[in-house]
Amino acid sequence: MTAMLRISGVRTFYGHIEALKGVDVEVAEGEIVTIIGANGAGKSTLLMTICGSPQARDGSVVFEGQEITRQPTFEIMRKGIAQAPEGRRIFPRMSVIENLKMGAITSDPKYFDEDVEKVFAIFPRLKERQAQRGGTLSGGEQQMLAIARALMSRPRLLLLDEPSLGLAPLIVKQIFQVIREINEQQKVTVLLVEQNANHALKLADRGYVMVNGRITLSGGGAELLANPEVRAAYLEGGHH
Amino acid sequence: MEYFTQQLINGLTLGSIYGLIAIGYTMVYGIIGMINFAHGDVYMIGAFQAMIVFLICGALGLTWVPLQLALMLIMAVIFTAAYGWSVERLAYRPLRGSPRLAPLISAIGMSIVLSNYVQLAQGPRPKPIPPVIRGGFQIMESDAGFVVQLGYLQIVIILLTVALMAIFAYLIAKTPLGRAQRACEQDMKMASLLGVNVDRTISLTFVMGAALAAVAGMMVTLYWGVNEFAMGFVAGIKAFTAAVLGGIGSLPGAMLGGILIGLIEAMWSAYFSTEYKDVAAFGILVLVLIFRPTGLLGRPEVEKV
Ligand SMILES: Nc1ncnc2c1ncn2[C@@H]1O[C@H](COP(=O)(O)OP(=O)(O)OP(=O)(O)O)[C@@H](O)[C@H]1O
Ligand SMILES: [Mg+2]
Repeated sequence: MTAMLRISGVRTFYGHIEALKGVDVEVAEGEIVTIIGANGAGKSTLLMTICGSPQARDGSVVFEGQEITRQPTFEIMRKGIAQAPEGRRIFPRMSVIENLKMGAITSDPKYFDEDVEKVFAIFPRLKERQAQRGGTLSGGEQQMLAIARALMSRPRLLLLDEPSLGLAPLIVKQIFQVIREINEQQKVTVLLVEQNANHALKLADRGYVMVNGRITLSGGGAELLANPEVRAAYLEGGHH
Repeated sequence: MEYFTQQLINGLTLGSIYGLIAIGYTMVYGIIGMINFAHGDVYMIGAFQAMIVFLICGALGLTWVPLQLALMLIMAVIFTAAYGWSVERLAYRPLRGSPRLAPLISAIGMSIVLSNYVQLAQGPRPKPIPPVIRGGFQIMESDAGFVVQLGYLQIVIILLTVALMAIFAYLIAKTPLGRAQRACEQDMKMASLLGVNVDRTISLTFVMGAALAAVAGMMVTLYWGVNEFAMGFVAGIKAFTAAVLGGIGSLPGAMLGGILIGLIEAMWSAYFSTEYKDVAAFGILVLVLIFRPTGLLGRPEVEKV
Protein backbone atom coordinates (compact mmCIF):
# COMPACT_ATOMS: atom_id res chain seq x y z
CA MET A 1 0.00 0.00 0.00
CA THR A 2 1.43 3.37 -0.91
CA ALA A 3 1.37 6.01 1.78
CA MET A 4 -1.14 8.81 1.62
CA LEU A 5 1.26 10.97 3.57
CA ARG A 6 4.99 10.36 3.56
CA ILE A 7 7.28 12.45 5.71
CA SER A 8 10.95 11.71 5.16
CA GLY A 9 14.02 13.12 6.84
CA VAL A 10 12.19 16.27 7.89
CA ARG A 11 14.16 18.82 9.85
CA THR A 12 12.42 21.96 11.11
CA PHE A 13 13.98 24.93 12.86
CA TYR A 14 12.74 27.81 14.97
CA GLY A 15 15.58 30.24 14.47
CA HIS A 16 18.59 28.22 15.58
CA ILE A 17 16.61 25.68 17.57
CA GLU A 18 16.22 22.41 15.74
CA ALA A 19 12.77 21.17 16.72
CA LEU A 20 12.59 18.22 14.29
CA LYS A 21 15.85 16.38 13.72
CA GLY A 22 15.11 14.15 10.77
CA VAL A 23 11.66 12.67 11.16
CA ASP A 24 10.18 9.84 9.09
CA VAL A 25 6.48 9.14 9.40
CA GLU A 26 4.06 7.45 7.04
CA VAL A 27 0.30 7.38 7.07
CA ALA A 28 -1.64 5.08 4.77
CA GLU A 29 -5.11 5.86 3.49
CA GLY A 30 -7.82 4.90 5.95
CA GLU A 31 -5.53 4.59 8.95
CA ILE A 32 -5.57 6.25 12.33
CA VAL A 33 -1.97 6.94 13.23
CA THR A 34 -0.93 8.52 16.50
CA ILE A 35 2.19 10.31 17.62
CA ILE A 36 2.86 10.33 21.31
CA GLY A 37 5.63 12.01 23.22
CA ALA A 38 6.46 14.25 26.14
CA ASN A 39 6.02 18.02 26.24
CA GLY A 40 8.34 19.75 23.83
CA ALA A 41 9.10 16.60 21.83
CA GLY A 42 8.10 18.29 18.57
CA LYS A 43 4.68 16.75 17.95
CA SER A 44 2.89 19.99 17.21
CA THR A 45 5.82 21.15 15.14
CA LEU A 46 5.43 18.04 13.00
CA LEU A 47 1.75 18.71 12.33
CA MET A 48 2.48 22.34 11.53
CA THR A 49 5.37 21.36 9.26
CA ILE A 50 2.99 19.16 7.26
CA CYS A 51 0.93 22.32 6.76
CA GLY A 52 3.97 24.35 5.76
CA SER A 53 4.01 26.66 8.77
CA PRO A 54 6.92 26.55 9.49
CA GLN A 55 8.33 24.85 6.40
CA ALA A 56 10.80 22.00 6.71
CA ARG A 57 14.36 23.06 6.06
CA ASP A 58 15.37 19.58 4.90
CA GLY A 59 13.56 16.45 3.90
CA SER A 60 10.21 16.19 2.22
CA VAL A 61 6.52 15.97 2.83
CA VAL A 62 4.57 14.13 0.15
CA PHE A 63 0.77 14.01 0.19
CA GLU A 64 -1.05 11.74 -2.25
CA GLY A 65 2.06 11.54 -4.39
CA GLN A 66 2.53 15.29 -4.54
CA GLU A 67 5.45 17.10 -2.96
CA ILE A 68 4.06 19.82 -0.68
CA THR A 69 7.16 20.68 1.35
CA ARG A 70 7.66 24.14 -0.12
CA GLN A 71 4.07 25.10 -0.79
CA PRO A 72 2.36 27.95 1.02
CA THR A 73 0.09 26.88 3.87
CA PHE A 74 -3.17 27.98 2.25
CA GLU A 75 -2.40 25.90 -0.85
CA ILE A 76 -1.62 22.82 1.20
CA MET A 77 -4.88 23.18 3.10
CA ARG A 78 -6.77 23.19 -0.20
CA LYS A 79 -5.51 19.76 -1.16
CA GLY A 80 -7.59 17.74 1.26
CA ILE A 81 -5.70 18.24 4.53
CA ALA A 82 -7.30 19.88 7.57
CA GLN A 83 -5.96 20.52 11.02
CA ALA A 84 -7.56 21.07 14.42
CA PRO A 85 -4.48 22.67 15.90
CA GLU A 86 -3.01 22.92 19.37
CA GLY A 87 -4.97 25.39 21.48
CA ARG A 88 -8.07 24.97 19.26
CA ARG A 89 -7.72 28.45 17.82
CA ILE A 90 -11.44 29.12 17.53
CA PHE A 91 -12.17 32.59 16.14
CA PRO A 92 -13.37 34.19 19.37
CA ARG A 93 -15.47 36.97 17.86
CA MET A 94 -17.27 34.78 15.37
CA SER A 95 -20.31 32.69 16.05
CA VAL A 96 -20.20 28.91 15.93
CA ILE A 97 -21.83 28.99 12.51
CA GLU A 98 -19.35 31.54 11.24
CA ASN A 99 -16.46 29.44 12.51
CA LEU A 100 -17.90 26.55 10.54
CA LYS A 101 -18.23 28.77 7.48
CA MET A 102 -14.56 29.56 7.83
CA GLY A 103 -13.86 25.85 7.88
CA ALA A 104 -15.80 25.48 4.64
CA ILE A 105 -14.00 28.29 2.87
CA THR A 106 -12.22 25.93 0.48
CA SER A 107 -15.16 23.68 -0.29
CA ASP A 108 -18.02 24.22 -2.68
CA PRO A 109 -20.77 26.32 -1.01
CA LYS A 110 -23.42 23.93 -2.30
CA TYR A 111 -22.25 21.35 0.26
CA PHE A 112 -22.45 23.72 3.20
CA ASP A 113 -25.93 22.89 4.53
CA GLU A 114 -25.40 19.19 4.17
CA ASP A 115 -22.00 19.33 5.87
CA VAL A 116 -23.26 21.47 8.72
CA GLU A 117 -26.00 18.94 9.37
CA LYS A 118 -23.36 16.24 9.41
CA VAL A 119 -21.18 17.92 12.02
CA PHE A 120 -24.23 18.87 14.07
CA ALA A 121 -25.21 15.21 14.06
CA ILE A 122 -21.77 14.38 15.44
CA PHE A 123 -21.80 17.24 17.95
CA PRO A 124 -25.42 18.07 18.84
CA ARG A 125 -24.07 20.48 21.44
CA LEU A 126 -22.80 22.76 18.69
CA LYS A 127 -26.21 22.89 17.09
CA GLU A 128 -27.72 24.26 20.31
CA ARG A 129 -25.00 26.87 20.47
CA GLN A 130 -24.74 27.84 16.84
CA ALA A 131 -25.30 31.55 17.39
CA GLN A 132 -22.96 31.80 20.38
CA ARG A 133 -19.60 33.50 19.98
CA GLY A 134 -16.66 31.14 19.79
CA GLY A 135 -14.77 32.92 22.55
CA THR A 136 -17.50 32.24 25.08
CA LEU A 137 -17.75 28.48 24.50
CA SER A 138 -16.47 26.11 27.16
CA GLY A 139 -13.19 24.30 26.55
CA GLY A 140 -14.92 21.11 25.51
CA GLU A 141 -17.27 22.92 23.18
CA GLN A 142 -14.34 24.75 21.64
CA GLN A 143 -12.63 21.43 20.99
CA MET A 144 -15.75 20.07 19.34
CA LEU A 145 -15.95 23.19 17.23
CA ALA A 146 -12.29 22.90 16.26
CA ILE A 147 -12.84 19.35 15.00
CA ALA A 148 -16.13 20.26 13.34
CA ARG A 149 -14.55 23.23 11.63
CA ALA A 150 -11.74 21.03 10.31
CA LEU A 151 -14.30 18.56 8.94
CA MET A 152 -16.14 21.29 7.06
CA SER A 153 -13.42 21.35 4.40
CA ARG A 154 -14.19 17.69 3.58
CA PRO A 155 -10.63 16.58 4.27
CA ARG A 156 -9.19 13.22 3.33
CA LEU A 157 -6.49 13.63 5.96
CA LEU A 158 -7.34 15.11 9.34
CA LEU A 159 -4.58 16.29 11.67
CA LEU A 160 -5.60 16.49 15.32
CA ASP A 161 -3.35 18.06 17.95
CA GLU A 162 -4.19 16.92 21.48
CA PRO A 163 -7.95 16.96 21.15
CA SER A 164 -8.34 15.60 24.69
CA LEU A 165 -6.29 18.28 26.40
CA GLY A 166 -7.98 19.79 29.43
CA LEU A 167 -11.25 17.92 29.01
CA ALA A 168 -13.22 15.92 31.57
CA PRO A 169 -12.84 12.12 31.24
CA LEU A 170 -16.35 11.69 29.90
CA ILE A 171 -15.83 14.25 27.16
CA VAL A 172 -12.45 12.73 26.35
CA LYS A 173 -14.15 9.42 25.77
CA GLN A 174 -16.71 11.09 23.51
CA ILE A 175 -14.04 12.83 21.50
CA PHE A 176 -12.14 9.60 20.90
CA GLN A 177 -15.34 7.90 19.91
CA VAL A 178 -16.02 10.67 17.43
CA ILE A 179 -12.55 10.29 15.94
CA ARG A 180 -13.24 6.62 15.35
CA GLU A 181 -16.62 7.41 13.78
CA ILE A 182 -15.13 10.00 11.49
CA ASN A 183 -12.50 7.53 10.43
CA GLU A 184 -14.84 4.62 9.86
CA GLN A 185 -17.96 6.29 8.53
CA GLN A 186 -16.56 9.25 6.65
CA LYS A 187 -13.40 7.45 5.55
CA VAL A 188 -11.15 10.21 6.81
CA THR A 189 -7.55 9.28 7.49
CA VAL A 190 -6.41 10.59 10.88
CA LEU A 191 -3.02 11.63 12.20
CA LEU A 192 -3.48 12.19 15.90
CA VAL A 193 -1.04 13.81 18.32
CA GLU A 194 -1.73 12.93 21.94
CA GLN A 195 -0.37 13.09 25.46
CA ASN A 196 -3.11 10.71 26.44
CA ALA A 197 -1.11 7.67 25.26
CA ASN A 198 -3.47 5.09 26.65
CA HIS A 199 -6.52 6.30 24.77
CA ALA A 200 -4.59 7.20 21.67
CA LEU A 201 -2.81 3.86 21.29
CA LYS A 202 -6.03 1.94 21.89
CA LEU A 203 -7.70 3.88 19.12
CA ALA A 204 -4.87 3.95 16.61
CA ASP A 205 -3.86 1.38 14.05
CA ARG A 206 -0.25 2.42 14.42
CA GLY A 207 1.76 4.76 16.57
CA TYR A 208 5.05 6.60 16.74
CA VAL A 209 6.90 7.68 19.84
CA MET A 210 8.67 10.99 19.55
CA VAL A 211 11.45 12.10 21.84
CA ASN A 212 13.33 15.35 21.43
CA GLY A 213 12.59 15.87 17.75
CA ARG A 214 13.20 12.26 16.72
CA ILE A 215 11.06 9.17 16.27
CA THR A 216 12.42 6.56 18.67
CA LEU A 217 9.83 3.82 18.36
CA SER A 218 7.03 2.83 16.08
CA GLY A 219 4.63 -0.03 15.72
CA GLY A 220 1.04 -1.16 15.93
CA GLY A 221 -1.13 0.52 18.54
CA ALA A 222 -1.58 -2.60 20.65
CA GLU A 223 2.08 -3.47 20.27
CA LEU A 224 3.21 -0.09 21.58
CA LEU A 225 0.68 -0.25 24.34
CA ALA A 226 2.31 -3.48 25.51
CA ASN A 227 5.85 -2.20 25.13
CA PRO A 228 7.52 -1.89 28.53
CA GLU A 229 9.46 1.23 27.59
CA VAL A 230 6.32 2.97 26.43
CA ARG A 231 4.47 1.84 29.52
CA ALA A 232 7.19 3.14 31.79
CA ALA A 233 7.53 6.49 30.05
CA TYR A 234 3.97 7.36 29.04
CA LEU A 235 1.47 5.18 30.79
CA GLU A 236 2.26 4.17 34.33
CA GLY A 237 1.57 6.97 36.72
CA GLY A 238 0.14 8.92 33.81
CA HIS A 239 -3.34 9.01 32.32
CA HIS A 240 -5.68 6.07 32.38
CA MET B 1 -30.67 78.29 15.64
CA GLU B 2 -30.36 78.82 11.89
CA TYR B 3 -26.65 79.23 12.16
CA PHE B 4 -26.44 76.06 14.22
CA THR B 5 -28.46 74.12 11.65
CA GLN B 6 -26.16 75.31 8.90
CA GLN B 7 -23.13 74.14 10.86
CA LEU B 8 -24.81 70.82 11.49
CA ILE B 9 -25.20 70.30 7.75
CA ASN B 10 -21.64 71.36 7.07
CA GLY B 11 -20.38 69.16 9.88
CA LEU B 12 -22.22 66.11 8.61
CA THR B 13 -20.82 66.65 5.14
CA LEU B 14 -17.29 66.98 6.44
CA GLY B 15 -17.81 64.08 8.81
CA SER B 16 -18.91 61.82 5.96
CA ILE B 17 -15.64 62.48 4.23
CA TYR B 18 -13.57 61.84 7.35
CA GLY B 19 -15.55 58.69 8.05
CA LEU B 20 -14.79 57.25 4.63
CA ILE B 21 -11.08 57.87 5.12
CA ALA B 22 -11.19 56.55 8.69
CA ILE B 23 -12.48 53.18 7.48
CA GLY B 24 -9.21 52.64 5.66
CA TYR B 25 -7.21 53.25 8.83
CA THR B 26 -9.37 51.08 10.97
CA MET B 27 -9.52 48.13 8.58
CA VAL B 28 -5.78 48.02 8.05
CA TYR B 29 -5.17 48.38 11.75
CA GLY B 30 -7.65 45.62 12.45
CA ILE B 31 -6.02 43.16 10.13
CA ILE B 32 -2.31 43.80 10.51
CA GLY B 33 -2.18 45.94 13.64
CA MET B 34 -0.46 48.79 11.90
CA ILE B 35 -1.28 52.46 11.40
CA ASN B 36 -0.97 53.08 7.69
CA PHE B 37 0.37 56.62 7.80
CA ALA B 38 0.41 56.75 4.02
CA HIS B 39 -3.39 56.45 3.92
CA GLY B 40 -3.92 60.21 4.04
CA ASP B 41 -1.73 60.53 0.99
CA VAL B 42 -3.61 57.79 -0.77
CA TYR B 43 -6.70 59.94 -0.21
CA MET B 44 -4.82 62.92 -1.65
CA ILE B 45 -3.97 60.82 -4.71
CA GLY B 46 -7.67 60.01 -5.01
CA ALA B 47 -8.51 63.70 -4.97
CA PHE B 48 -5.98 64.41 -7.71
CA GLN B 49 -7.19 61.48 -9.79
CA ALA B 50 -10.72 62.86 -9.62
CA MET B 51 -9.49 66.30 -10.56
CA ILE B 52 -7.45 65.01 -13.50
CA VAL B 53 -10.40 63.05 -14.83
CA PHE B 54 -12.54 66.17 -14.54
CA LEU B 55 -10.01 68.21 -16.49
CA ILE B 56 -9.74 65.50 -19.14
CA CYS B 57 -13.52 65.48 -19.46
CA GLY B 58 -13.38 69.22 -19.98
CA ALA B 59 -10.67 68.84 -22.63
CA LEU B 60 -12.70 66.21 -24.45
CA GLY B 61 -15.80 68.32 -24.30
CA LEU B 62 -17.76 65.95 -22.07
CA THR B 63 -19.91 68.43 -20.22
CA TRP B 64 -22.82 66.32 -19.11
CA VAL B 65 -22.44 66.42 -15.33
CA PRO B 66 -23.66 62.90 -14.42
CA LEU B 67 -21.22 61.43 -16.93
CA GLN B 68 -18.41 63.56 -15.54
CA LEU B 69 -19.19 62.44 -12.02
CA ALA B 70 -19.43 58.78 -12.95
CA LEU B 71 -16.13 58.90 -14.78
CA MET B 72 -14.46 60.73 -11.90
CA LEU B 73 -15.73 58.19 -9.44
CA ILE B 74 -14.82 55.11 -11.42
CA MET B 75 -11.40 56.25 -12.55
CA ALA B 76 -10.41 57.68 -9.18
CA VAL B 77 -11.45 54.49 -7.43
CA ILE B 78 -9.59 52.23 -9.86
CA PHE B 79 -6.37 54.20 -9.93
CA THR B 80 -6.29 54.94 -6.23
CA ALA B 81 -7.01 51.32 -5.39
CA ALA B 82 -4.00 50.43 -7.53
CA TYR B 83 -1.92 52.84 -5.46
CA GLY B 84 -3.20 51.33 -2.24
CA TRP B 85 -2.35 47.87 -3.48
CA SER B 86 1.15 48.94 -4.55
CA VAL B 87 1.87 50.68 -1.26
CA GLU B 88 1.17 47.48 0.62
CA ARG B 89 3.14 45.39 -1.84
CA LEU B 90 6.20 47.63 -1.86
CA ALA B 91 6.38 49.08 1.60
CA TYR B 92 4.66 46.71 4.02
CA ARG B 93 4.59 43.15 2.78
CA PRO B 94 8.38 42.76 2.69
CA LEU B 95 8.39 43.80 6.35
CA ARG B 96 5.75 41.37 7.51
CA GLY B 97 6.97 39.61 10.62
CA SER B 98 9.51 42.28 11.50
CA PRO B 99 9.19 44.38 14.66
CA ARG B 100 6.23 46.75 14.75
CA LEU B 101 8.32 49.85 14.34
CA ALA B 102 9.66 48.83 10.92
CA PRO B 103 6.40 49.01 8.93
CA LEU B 104 5.47 52.18 10.81
CA ILE B 105 8.62 53.91 9.62
CA SER B 106 8.08 52.48 6.17
CA ALA B 107 4.56 53.96 6.23
CA ILE B 108 5.87 57.41 7.09
CA GLY B 109 8.41 57.05 4.29
CA MET B 110 5.67 56.04 1.87
CA SER B 111 3.63 59.06 2.91
CA ILE B 112 6.55 61.36 2.12
CA VAL B 113 7.18 59.62 -1.19
CA LEU B 114 3.57 59.99 -2.30
CA SER B 115 3.19 63.64 -1.37
CA ASN B 116 6.54 64.57 -2.92
CA TYR B 117 5.69 62.65 -6.03
CA VAL B 118 2.48 64.61 -6.43
CA GLN B 119 4.29 67.83 -5.64
CA LEU B 120 6.69 67.09 -8.51
CA ALA B 121 4.04 65.89 -10.91
CA GLN B 122 1.37 68.50 -10.17
CA GLY B 123 3.38 71.40 -8.82
CA PRO B 124 3.40 72.79 -5.31
CA ARG B 125 0.56 75.28 -5.74
CA PRO B 126 -3.08 74.56 -4.97
CA LYS B 127 -5.00 73.51 -8.07
CA PRO B 128 -8.53 74.82 -8.40
CA ILE B 129 -11.39 73.45 -10.44
CA PRO B 130 -14.68 75.22 -11.08
CA PRO B 131 -17.76 74.04 -9.18
CA VAL B 132 -19.42 71.04 -10.80
CA ILE B 133 -22.55 70.71 -8.72
CA ARG B 134 -24.09 74.03 -7.79
CA GLY B 135 -27.16 75.14 -6.00
CA GLY B 136 -29.25 73.62 -3.30
CA PHE B 137 -32.27 74.05 -1.12
CA GLN B 138 -32.88 77.00 1.15
CA ILE B 139 -34.36 75.27 4.12
CA MET B 140 -34.68 78.09 6.65
CA GLU B 141 -34.31 81.80 6.96
CA SER B 142 -33.82 83.73 10.15
CA ASP B 143 -35.39 87.11 10.88
CA ALA B 144 -32.01 88.69 10.37
CA GLY B 145 -31.92 87.25 6.87
CA PHE B 146 -29.48 84.39 7.46
CA VAL B 147 -30.31 81.64 4.98
CA VAL B 148 -29.65 77.98 5.77
CA GLN B 149 -28.42 76.20 2.66
CA LEU B 150 -28.48 72.49 1.99
CA GLY B 151 -26.42 72.16 -1.15
CA TYR B 152 -27.18 69.47 -3.74
CA LEU B 153 -23.56 68.48 -3.43
CA GLN B 154 -23.91 68.06 0.31
CA ILE B 155 -26.87 65.78 -0.26
CA VAL B 156 -24.88 63.75 -2.76
CA ILE B 157 -21.96 63.44 -0.36
CA ILE B 158 -24.06 62.37 2.59
CA LEU B 159 -26.19 59.91 0.63
CA LEU B 160 -23.23 58.39 -1.16
CA THR B 161 -21.44 57.97 2.14
CA VAL B 162 -24.41 56.32 3.79
CA ALA B 163 -24.79 53.98 0.82
CA LEU B 164 -21.11 53.06 0.78
CA MET B 165 -21.06 52.43 4.50
CA ALA B 166 -24.10 50.19 4.26
CA ILE B 167 -22.56 48.21 1.41
CA PHE B 168 -19.37 47.95 3.34
CA ALA B 169 -20.93 46.82 6.56
CA TYR B 170 -22.72 44.12 4.59
CA LEU B 171 -19.54 43.08 2.83
CA ILE B 172 -17.66 42.65 6.08
CA ALA B 173 -20.48 40.92 7.94
CA LYS B 174 -21.88 38.59 5.32
CA THR B 175 -19.56 37.80 2.45
CA PRO B 176 -16.75 35.21 2.36
CA LEU B 177 -14.23 37.98 1.78
CA GLY B 178 -15.41 39.91 4.82
CA ARG B 179 -15.37 36.77 6.90
CA ALA B 180 -11.85 35.98 5.75
CA GLN B 181 -10.82 39.51 6.71
CA ARG B 182 -12.25 39.12 10.18
CA ALA B 183 -10.64 35.72 10.52
CA CYS B 184 -7.25 37.17 9.61
CA GLU B 185 -7.88 39.90 12.14
CA GLN B 186 -8.53 37.40 14.91
CA ASP B 187 -5.98 34.70 14.11
CA MET B 188 -3.98 34.96 10.93
CA LYS B 189 -2.26 31.62 11.31
CA MET B 190 -5.52 29.79 11.84
CA ALA B 191 -7.01 31.53 8.82
CA SER B 192 -4.16 30.21 6.69
CA LEU B 193 -4.66 26.74 8.20
CA LEU B 194 -8.20 26.86 6.82
CA GLY B 195 -6.99 27.74 3.35
CA VAL B 196 -7.32 31.52 3.44
CA ASN B 197 -4.77 33.28 1.28
CA VAL B 198 -3.73 35.77 3.93
CA ASP B 199 -1.52 37.91 1.69
CA ARG B 200 -4.31 38.31 -0.81
CA THR B 201 -6.79 39.15 1.93
CA ILE B 202 -4.48 41.85 3.27
CA SER B 203 -3.96 43.25 -0.22
CA LEU B 204 -7.71 43.45 -0.73
CA THR B 205 -8.07 45.26 2.57
CA PHE B 206 -5.70 47.94 1.33
CA VAL B 207 -7.53 48.07 -1.98
CA MET B 208 -10.88 48.55 -0.26
CA GLY B 209 -9.52 51.23 2.08
CA ALA B 210 -7.96 53.07 -0.86
CA ALA B 211 -11.17 52.84 -2.88
CA LEU B 212 -13.12 54.52 -0.08
CA ALA B 213 -10.40 57.12 0.32
CA ALA B 214 -10.68 57.81 -3.41
CA VAL B 215 -14.39 58.48 -3.05
CA ALA B 216 -13.60 60.82 -0.16
CA GLY B 217 -10.96 62.52 -2.30
CA MET B 218 -13.40 63.01 -5.13
CA MET B 219 -16.00 64.48 -2.78
CA VAL B 220 -13.50 66.90 -1.34
CA THR B 221 -12.41 67.93 -4.81
CA LEU B 222 -16.01 68.79 -5.63
CA TYR B 223 -16.70 70.34 -2.23
CA TRP B 224 -13.72 72.65 -1.78
CA GLY B 225 -12.69 72.85 -5.42
CA VAL B 226 -8.97 73.01 -4.60
CA ASN B 227 -6.38 70.27 -4.27
CA GLU B 228 -2.79 70.44 -3.20
CA PHE B 229 -0.13 67.85 -2.55
CA ALA B 230 -0.04 68.39 1.23
CA MET B 231 -3.80 67.97 1.75
CA GLY B 232 -3.41 64.31 2.73
CA PHE B 233 -1.56 65.07 5.91
CA VAL B 234 -4.14 67.05 7.87
CA ALA B 235 -7.12 65.11 6.50
CA GLY B 236 -5.26 61.90 7.27
CA ILE B 237 -4.63 62.83 10.87
CA LYS B 238 -8.23 63.92 11.33
CA ALA B 239 -9.52 60.66 9.89
CA PHE B 240 -7.05 58.81 12.07
CA THR B 241 -8.41 60.72 15.06
CA ALA B 242 -11.88 59.69 13.97
CA ALA B 243 -10.82 56.06 13.84
CA VAL B 244 -9.26 56.27 17.31
CA LEU B 245 -12.25 58.14 18.70
CA GLY B 246 -14.63 55.48 17.39
CA GLY B 247 -12.35 52.68 18.56
CA ILE B 248 -9.60 51.67 16.19
CA GLY B 249 -10.36 48.35 14.55
CA SER B 250 -14.11 48.95 14.72
CA LEU B 251 -15.91 49.69 11.48
CA PRO B 252 -19.01 51.35 12.95
CA GLY B 253 -16.60 53.19 15.23
CA ALA B 254 -14.81 54.70 12.25
CA MET B 255 -18.09 55.90 10.78
CA LEU B 256 -19.27 57.36 14.06
CA GLY B 257 -15.88 58.90 14.80
CA GLY B 258 -15.75 60.51 11.38
CA ILE B 259 -19.13 62.14 11.81
CA LEU B 260 -18.29 63.34 15.30
CA ILE B 261 -15.00 64.86 14.19
CA GLY B 262 -16.76 66.59 11.31
CA LEU B 263 -19.40 68.01 13.62
CA ILE B 264 -16.89 69.09 16.24
CA GLU B 265 -14.80 70.80 13.64
CA ALA B 266 -17.77 72.62 12.14
CA MET B 267 -19.07 73.76 15.52
CA TRP B 268 -15.63 74.76 16.70
CA SER B 269 -15.02 76.94 13.66
CA ALA B 270 -18.49 78.39 13.99
CA TYR B 271 -18.38 79.33 17.64
CA PHE B 272 -14.70 79.61 18.54
CA SER B 273 -12.14 80.12 15.87
CA THR B 274 -11.69 79.08 12.29
CA GLU B 275 -7.93 79.48 12.41
CA TYR B 276 -7.62 76.97 15.18
CA LYS B 277 -10.13 74.44 13.84
CA ASP B 278 -7.48 71.76 13.46
CA VAL B 279 -6.63 72.11 17.13
CA ALA B 280 -10.05 70.79 18.04
CA ALA B 281 -9.51 67.49 16.24
CA PHE B 282 -6.03 67.00 17.62
CA GLY B 283 -7.09 68.00 21.12
CA ILE B 284 -9.69 65.26 20.94
CA LEU B 285 -7.10 62.76 19.79
CA VAL B 286 -5.03 63.55 22.87
CA LEU B 287 -8.01 63.37 25.21
CA VAL B 288 -9.24 60.07 23.79
CA LEU B 289 -5.81 58.53 24.02
CA ILE B 290 -5.52 59.59 27.65
CA PHE B 291 -9.00 58.80 28.93
CA ARG B 292 -10.44 56.17 26.64
CA PRO B 293 -7.79 54.57 24.48
CA THR B 294 -10.20 51.88 23.26
CA GLY B 295 -12.45 54.59 21.80
CA LEU B 296 -16.23 54.83 21.90
CA LEU B 297 -17.05 51.52 20.23
CA GLY B 298 -13.74 49.77 20.83
CA ARG B 299 -14.16 46.40 22.40
CA PRO B 300 -13.12 45.63 25.93
CA GLU B 301 -11.12 42.42 25.86
CA VAL B 302 -13.19 39.89 27.74
CA GLU B 303 -13.08 36.69 25.75
CA LYS B 304 -11.16 33.67 26.84
CA VAL B 305 -9.03 32.48 24.00
N1 LIG C 1 7.30 29.35 17.75
C1 LIG C 1 8.35 28.76 18.35
N2 LIG C 1 9.52 29.43 18.50
C2 LIG C 1 10.57 28.84 19.09
N3 LIG C 1 10.58 27.60 19.57
C3 LIG C 1 9.46 26.87 19.45
C4 LIG C 1 8.29 27.42 18.84
N4 LIG C 1 7.32 26.48 18.86
C5 LIG C 1 7.86 25.42 19.46
N5 LIG C 1 9.15 25.64 19.81
C6 LIG C 1 10.05 24.70 20.47
O1 LIG C 1 10.13 23.52 19.69
C7 LIG C 1 10.11 22.39 20.48
C8 LIG C 1 8.97 21.47 20.08
O2 LIG C 1 7.74 22.12 20.39
P1 LIG C 1 6.33 21.48 20.07
O3 LIG C 1 5.32 22.51 20.34
O4 LIG C 1 6.37 20.92 18.71
O5 LIG C 1 6.26 20.34 21.14
P2 LIG C 1 5.07 19.35 21.48
O6 LIG C 1 5.61 17.99 21.32
O7 LIG C 1 3.87 19.69 20.69
O8 LIG C 1 4.83 19.67 23.01
P3 LIG C 1 3.46 19.70 23.86
O9 LIG C 1 3.07 18.29 24.13
O10 LIG C 1 3.85 20.40 25.10
O11 LIG C 1 2.45 20.42 23.05
C9 LIG C 1 10.02 22.86 21.92
O12 LIG C 1 11.32 22.84 22.47
C10 LIG C 1 9.51 24.26 21.79
O13 LIG C 1 10.01 25.09 22.83
MG1 LIG D 1 2.05 20.39 21.15
